[in-house]
Amino acid sequence: MNKEDLIAKLKVIVKPYTTNTVAYDNLNENTDFINDLNINSANLVDIVLDIEEAFDIVIENADMERMLDVKTAVEIIETKLAAK
Amino acid sequence: MDLNTIIAQLPYTKPFLFVDELLHADENGITGTYTFDENLDFYKGHFKDNPVTPGVILTETMAQIGMVCLGIYLLNNDLKKDTVIAFTSADIQFLKPVYPNEKVTVISEKTFFRFGKLKCNVVMKNEAGIDVCKGIVAGMITTKL
Repeated sequence: MNKEDLIAKLKVIVKPYTTNTVAYDNLNENTDFINDLNINSANLVDIVLDIEEAFDIVIENADMERMLDVKTAVEIIETKLAAK
Repeated sequence: MDLNTIIAQLPYTKPFLFVDELLHADENGITGTYTFDENLDFYKGHFKDNPVTPGVILTETMAQIGMVCLGIYLLNNDLKKDTVIAFTSADIQFLKPVYPNEKVTVISEKTFFRFGKLKCNVVMKNEAGIDVCKGIVAGMITTKL
């Protein structure tokens, strides 16, 4: 899966949890989940659990703590997929 | 584990403590009871001359027993000073009214506890064993938000 496909898949996962439609429509690598998309820590957990299910991977606590923006999320997902 | 030590650690007190007794707790869930004292202040206004327990109070009761008490149990009964508790979502159906002096039992089943978020399916039953409300509650029990 290339990076664009991965971001597109991530964008679908994030949709139910954001209220900022402008930031969502412009979602890119630099988008920050908390500051740009107004996602709180509880919903960030839901997103990470949805990512685990969608990509069939397991996210560790240390990964979760870094997963605050699209770029880092993509990096972590790519690393996990490569390790499968 | 002594279940009374869980109640002792709750960050609530009267008039906003809605846990009397915990009957059982394990890795997957918890059961506890509360009796709504007729002198609770909100009965004076909900409703005028017709006291009925407000849905928000039933929701809070389910959250305190089903989520916060279970969360303390899952943290090995060790609620640290810097632990933050935040109620983050609820999806509840109210099926029957609960009147003053009724004793209710809350049964909570853990859906997941990961990355500091605890999500549970909860049911509240009256003394006749009939469901009075049920749904899903979730919150953060973590050292930071």
